[in-house]
Amino acid sequence: MTIGLSHYLTVAAVLFTIGIFGIFLNRKNVIVILMSIELMLLAVNLNLVAFSAFHGDLVGQVFALIVLTVAAAEAAIGLAIVVVYFRNRGTIDVAEIDLLKG
Amino acid sequence: MMLSALFFYLFAIMCIGAAFMVVATKNPVHAVLFLILAFFNAAGLFVLLGAEFLAMILVVVYVGAVMVLFLFVVMMLDVDFAELRAGFIKYLPVGAIVGLLLLVELVFVGTTWITAPDLVRDVPTPPVAEVSNTQALGAVLYTRYVYLFEAAGLILLVAMIGAIVLTLHHKRDVRRQSVAAQVGRTRETSIEIVEVETGRGLK
Amino acid sequence: MYQAILFLPLIGALFAGLFGRLVGARACEVVTISLMVIAAFLSWIAFYQVAIEGHDVRIELISWIQSGALKTFWSIRVDTLTAVMLVVVNTVSSVVHLYSVGYMDEDPHKERFFAYLSLFTFAMLSLVTSDDLLQLFFGWEGVGLASYLLIGFWYRKPAPNAAAIKAFIVNRVGDFGFALGIFAIFVVFGAVQYDTIFAAAPDQVGQTMTFLAWQVPVLELICFLLFMGAMGKSAQFLLHTWLPDAMEGPTPVSALIHAATMVTAGVFMVARLSPLFELAPYALAFVAFIGATSAFFAATAAVVQTDIKRVIAYSTCSQLGYMFAAEGVGAFNAGMFHLFTHACFKALLFLCAGCITHALADNRDMRRMGGLRQKMPFVWVMMLIGSLALTAFPLTSGFVSKDFIIETTWFDHTPIGQYTYWMTLIAAFLTALYTWRLMFMTFEGNFKGGKALAEHIHEPPWTMNVPLLVLGAGALFAGLGFRHLFIGADAVGFWRDSIIVPHAHHDVPFWLTLSPTLAMTAGFLIAWYCYMWQPLLPFGLLKRFPAINQFFLHAWYFDALYDRIFVRPAKWLGNFLWRYGDGAVIDGIGPNGIAARVVDITNRVVRLQTGYIYHYAFIMLIGVAALITYFIVAGGALTP
Repeated sequence: MTIGLSHYLTVAAVLFTIGIFGIFLNRKNVIVILMSIELMLLAVNLNLVAFSAFHGDLVGQVFALIVLTVAAAEAAIGLAIVVVYFRNRGTIDVAEIDLLKG
Repeated sequence: MMLSALFFYLFAIMCIGAAFMVVATKNPVHAVLFLILAFFNAAGLFVLLGAEFLAMILVVVYVGAVMVLFLFVVMMLDVDFAELRAGFIKYLPVGAIVGLLLLVELVFVGTTWITAPDLVRDVPTPPVAEVSNTQALGAVLYTRYVYLFEAAGLILLVAMIGAIVLTLHHKRDVRRQSVAAQVGRTRETSIEIVEVETGRGLK
Repeated sequence: MYQAILFLPLIGALFAGLFGRLVGARACEVVTISLMVIAAFLSWIAFYQVAIEGHDVRIELISWIQSGALKTFWSIRVDTLTAVMLVVVNTVSSVVHLYSVGYMDEDPHKERFFAYLSLFTFAMLSLVTSDDLLQLFFGWEGVGLASYLLIGFWYRKPAPNAAAIKAFIVNRVGDFGFALGIFAIFVVFGAVQYDTIFAAAPDQVGQTMTFLAWQVPVLELICFLLFMGAMGKSAQFLLHTWLPDAMEGPTPVSALIHAATMVTAGVFMVARLSPLFELAPYALAFVAFIGATSAFFAATAAVVQTDIKRVIAYSTCSQLGYMFAAEGVGAFNAGMFHLFTHACFKALLFLCAGCITHALADNRDMRRMGGLRQKMPFVWVMMLIGSLALTAFPLTSGFVSKDFIIETTWFDHTPIGQYTYWMTLIAAFLTALYTWRLMFMTFEGNFKGGKALAEHIHEPPWTMNVPLLVLGAGALFAGLGFRHLFIGADAVGFWRDSIIVPHAHHDVPFWLTLSPTLAMTAGFLIAWYCYMWQPLLPFGLLKRFPAINQFFLHAWYFDALYDRIFVRPAKWLGNFLWRYGDGAVIDGIGPNGIAARVVDITNRVVRLQTGYIYHYAFIMLIGVAALITYFIVAGGALTP
């Protein structure tokens, strides 16, 4: 059967949801949170490129490129923060990050 | 046509499976490796869509640099194999419901999509026979969207500086070499002439 | 001049009240006393001009209320009745002011005292110079207020506080009826000015109005309600409970307010409204009944009291009963005459009692007195004069006024009238009994108060002697001097329109004239027997009949009765409403409740901030899901 736009959008949707699950179901590891964010960004990229392909418009791909760049930068900074946090607290257990407790 | 559909399903299912394992696995190194697998399959999907440049960039930059970085950090930090805590099970039902709701809605929107008939294309894709994807992207990126391009570069610059600033940490008890100080030594600061009397010694 | 009479005491009160602390006590005394003496002097001139020469005066000062049909003014109305009252009030007040200099010598709050005395005088004067019922009511309340302030003058002690509140509240019960009476008058007559009411009164004789569920005659109702006020103010039977307790105040206060002036406001009011009362025979009969009963009842209580001031207080209540009895049988002029003479000798008695207690360091128990005749002869003489007048010894002023009342009541041949005669006669006997008991216990025999107190006894200073002399002269000569004007041949020409003067009675039987004197003599003899000849007899009687003694000592237990019926339930109700109504309900729902709920809710809300990122992310997810759902379902409205 012909693979249409909706197929790609569904795949992207599922990836996005998995990424979201990863953020709030995860209680062990901060790095998994960062990875879930990468998954969500991947889903967005997939969406953009799918639209670009099916509409015949290159703007989607340009935008996906920019998103990629930003995702890389954000991953770098995020990891730097995790490293510094680990240096100060000695653990990256998410359940122990509760200094904002009111 | 069948082949491309087959490949699509292959890549899609593997991608989703790998993504799920990223979240579900206990070992963080495994999680990173599963993420790399997910990216590879996404790159395959990109190729199926005709965006081969983007697919390769994904593999080279994202997997090759970012994921490796993740791996470095995971291995650097002392990360334990953690058991699934009780909280996971407690929140799973509610979280699952909300997440599934979101998924259903997204899919619903995604599958009932219709494109407007008079859609205006900003940059119409040139036919593949004439221009390759890379060339087409290049023709657009450095001319019409050069501002975005430069801005992306600046973002990367800032990220690099930020990462260094955050993590740079002078250890107090490590002696370092300052070349400028060494070269700038003068006679007055380096030696001291002392008159010593015979038999007395330096005091 | 009339404005001066009315306002000089007010100026004195304001001066002493506002600037007392600044100028010091001596200046206050001098200013208030001189202003009062001037006012008294002017009121005698007014008496001559108005009462003797017959020039009635009406001065409108300023408009007060102009609202629809109700138009009242602040005004000064001086006719004979007012002139008499002016003289009484101002003279006794100035005398008491002078006396207070000596009596309150060691008190640190003299300025306040003189301010209150002058304030009281002003209120009383505005009461008697009123031309309508509203100003009368203003003065009525004003004297009530001054009485409260003065009884509770030593407010740091609990007993005066309680007594002051009791006086005010019992007065308030009477004032409730009084206010209802004024309202009824306004409803019926459409005005509150005396002249308007008196002119329209005869037309209302047969009318009835609805009161609660019954049809009652209008004038009877009005007079009855107004008399309720008089009962409260003048401490008559049923609303008398405050007067003995009011003795907690300083003695000058008792002399001025609770003997000569405030308690006579009721008598004055009934006399002023005599045209109304004449047209309401049942109300008048009620007045006579209450008056006679008070006369008898208070006299029985006075016989067994041991506190010297309480004896005189009950005596006042009894004598006021005489005045109301006289007015009740229609002899308004006799009642006013007795008011006139009574002011002199009762104030005299109180002031002498004050000299005694002052000399004995505030000891008021008669059982610890005795033998003071040798140590304080001047006081003994003055008190003797007062007692002779009170018991109606021949030729004293009391003799002229009181015996005339007793005679007049006999001429009323209704059952109430005869009841009044017998009650007043027996009360005369009892009056002599308790008066001479007081005299013998205080002045004869040996001093029973101990040696330390005996050394303290001294005659009073001149500031306390001169008032006694003035009042003593009045007690002796006022009766014979003014008889012809008040109740004698010139009465009609004297009173003119101010009150109703009954026809003089002719053919007075000889035994009738003698009966009160006989009663007095009997009382004197029994008192002599019990306290001089056989001094142990009273103690024996006390032991044999303790219950009777307690019954009279506690004034027929009315206080206890009222306490049970009214005071305790009211206190309970007040407490209940305060604790549960005010405290639990209003405070609970209002300030306290809101504060507690706020704290409650905040504590719960705080739990939302767990500090865990995944909780926050989850909430955000829920929000996003909700938004998307909204857009999917209702998003049609948002398309441009």
